[in-house]
Amino acid sequence: MNILVFAENQNGKFPKSALEAVSFAAAWAKSVGGSCTAITHGQIDASVLGNYGCNRVLHLASLAAADGEQITALVIAAAEKSAANTIVLSHDTTGKSAAPRIAVRWNAGIVSGATAIPHGTTVKKNVFSGKAIAHVNITSEKQVVTVLPNAYGVHATGAPCAVEAFEVSVPAARVVVKEVKLESAEGIPLPEADKVVSAGRGMKGPENWGIIEELAKELGAATACSRPVSDIGWRPHHEHVGQTGIAIRPNLYIAVGISGAIQHLAGVNGSQVIVVINKDPEAPFFKAADYGIVGDAFEVVPQLIAAAKAFNATK
Amino acid sequence: MKLLVCISKAPDTTSKIAFANGNTSFDEAGVTFIVNPYDEWYALVRALELKEAQGGSVTVISVGGSDYEQIIRKALAIGADDAVRIDAPETDALSVAKHIADYAKEQGFDLILTGKETINYNGSIVPGMLAELLSFPYVTLASKLHVNGNVATCEREIAGGVEVLEVTLPAVISAAKGMAEQRIPNMKGIMSARTKPLQVITPVAFAANTSVQNFEMPPAKSACKFIAPEQAADLIQLLHTEAKVI
Ligand SMILES: Cc1cc2nc3c(=O)[nH]c(=O)nc-3n(C[C@H](O)[C@H](O)[C@H](O)COP(=O)(O)OP(=O)(O)OC[C@H]3O[C@@H](n4cnc5c(N)ncnc54)[C@H](O)[C@@H]3O)c2cc1C
Repeated sequence: MNILVFAENQNGKFPKSALEAVSFAAAWAKSVGGSCTAITHGQIDASVLGNYGCNRVLHLASLAAADGEQITALVIAAAEKSAANTIVLSHDTTGKSAAPRIAVRWNAGIVSGATAIPHGTTVKKNVFSGKAIAHVNITSEKQVVTVLPNAYGVHATGAPCAVEAFEVSVPAARVVVKEVKLESAEGIPLPEADKVVSAGRGMKGPENWGIIEELAKELGAATACSRPVSDIGWRPHHEHVGQTGIAIRPNLYIAVGISGAIQHLAGVNGSQVIVVINKDPEAPFFKAADYGIVGDAFEVVPQLIAAAKAFNATK
Repeated sequence: MKLLVCISKAPDTTSKIAFANGNTSFDEAGVTFIVNPYDEWYALVRALELKEAQGGSVTVISVGGSDYEQIIRKALAIGADDAVRIDAPETDALSVAKHIADYAKEQGFDLILTGKETINYNGSIVPGMLAELLSFPYVTLASKLHVNGNVATCEREIAGGVEVLEVTLPAVISAAKGMAEQRIPNMKGIMSARTKPLQVITPVAFAANTSVQNFEMPPAKSACKFIAPEQAADLIQLLHTEAKVI
């Protein structure tokens, strides 16, 4: 079984989700004694992809940002070139726009959001917003698998490898990026963050978020919030986590003044360690927590900031 | 503007998730079903707003058995003009997308809207497949949508901000939070939904190329370790030495 993995070039960098996809594809190929080829595009040092275990890198340098149809054309051409019968992408925005097209055009079965290296043709993925797990069988000869971000992780198991220039003509983009509006160039993007400090209605008002931001800064964490908090405009929409916001899987999730409604948990239940700070001992969130503090956020969080500062000073 | 909104049936967000038949199927006993929230709150409501502003029609389509008519009537009550049910089981994303594409290809829709994913299978696959089958461009995860003539302008959230995307219609667009606000159907809507046209199509079957082998529940969390609020500072040490996450 040979695997072709797509690594997206995002403004000259490989995002974490791309490195996870390569790590996943390389480990999968190794487990079945196959080869793993990566394909990427645009101005970038593509040889670093070898660090994540692939045997070969194809590179179409002339294609900068690409839409889903362009990636589809690029990836299928690269798969044929490398005699792959399996294509791996990240289950990120780009993967979601290209993978379904690839599956149709390539006549391949697809499973999106894989969380572990497949066994045979069976792929493990989360369903019901993380409340359950499904093992899905792909019955077609060819297969497309997308990898859930922050699940398998980045594994630097290899060394830089040779890059082969790859030429293929791709169609013109039909989805055109007109403008990019960055609200905060600083801070850690929430979907990629491995630590997150999140707060809810228990904070009483937007003017009280200073301690949340300060704790996040001391821990090197991103900030997030519950849905009502973004609905009433205390925090920006892109911070809303949960069933109807974004789903995150950080190593550490600290929830302050969030009750832990089932729809909120659906977006954070993949976190490795959950800390809950709530003044109500009956708050449902404690059932999902690894560490809990029953107390007033306005007393507890400043203590945590001081302790985090002291801890950072010893590092 | 002729709009098509794809809706799917999902368990209510508070449902207890359990499985039946040796963990091979979702246990529907006692579960209330709803229109998948992304389909209803964002895709359908934005389609209705576009129709209200610019004229045209909103059709909803769903692939599923007669038990799907309850959620189809809900969409009609919210304001869709008519509905189509493709009478086939929802076997996998490919078969669903093929059924919808088969229906849509002769209908001349300007815009096909879907939710960004279903809350039961979390696939995010059907809209992209639909776009490929119809040779339409596809915008994923749009959180804003405006249509001017035959050009749709979308916003999509990216790390630290938004990007503005433009696409020429016809197109498929999947809807994320922000595109519209949930609408509660009123009495008049609920009454008129009963008599709005609902066409049932018996399709040719398509072979699926994936199938769920079995489901399992995630491993149970171990009990929460409580720290007294006066000792809150200890948490930072525990996160370092015990949990090893900082
Ligand atoms: C279909 C559907 C989808 C939904 N999707 C989402 C979603 O994606 N994300 C989401 O978050 N919600 C979602 N919700 C809403 C969800 O049900 C809850 O209403 C919401 O998560 C509650 O937010 P909260 O915990 O911030 O507020 P509350 O429920 O009001 O909880 C506030 C908490 O703060 C605590 N508190 C108050 N003061 C203090 C203090 N001084 N110190 C410490 N603790 C304090 C209280 O004890 C309480 O537990 C959804 C709901 C529905 C119906």
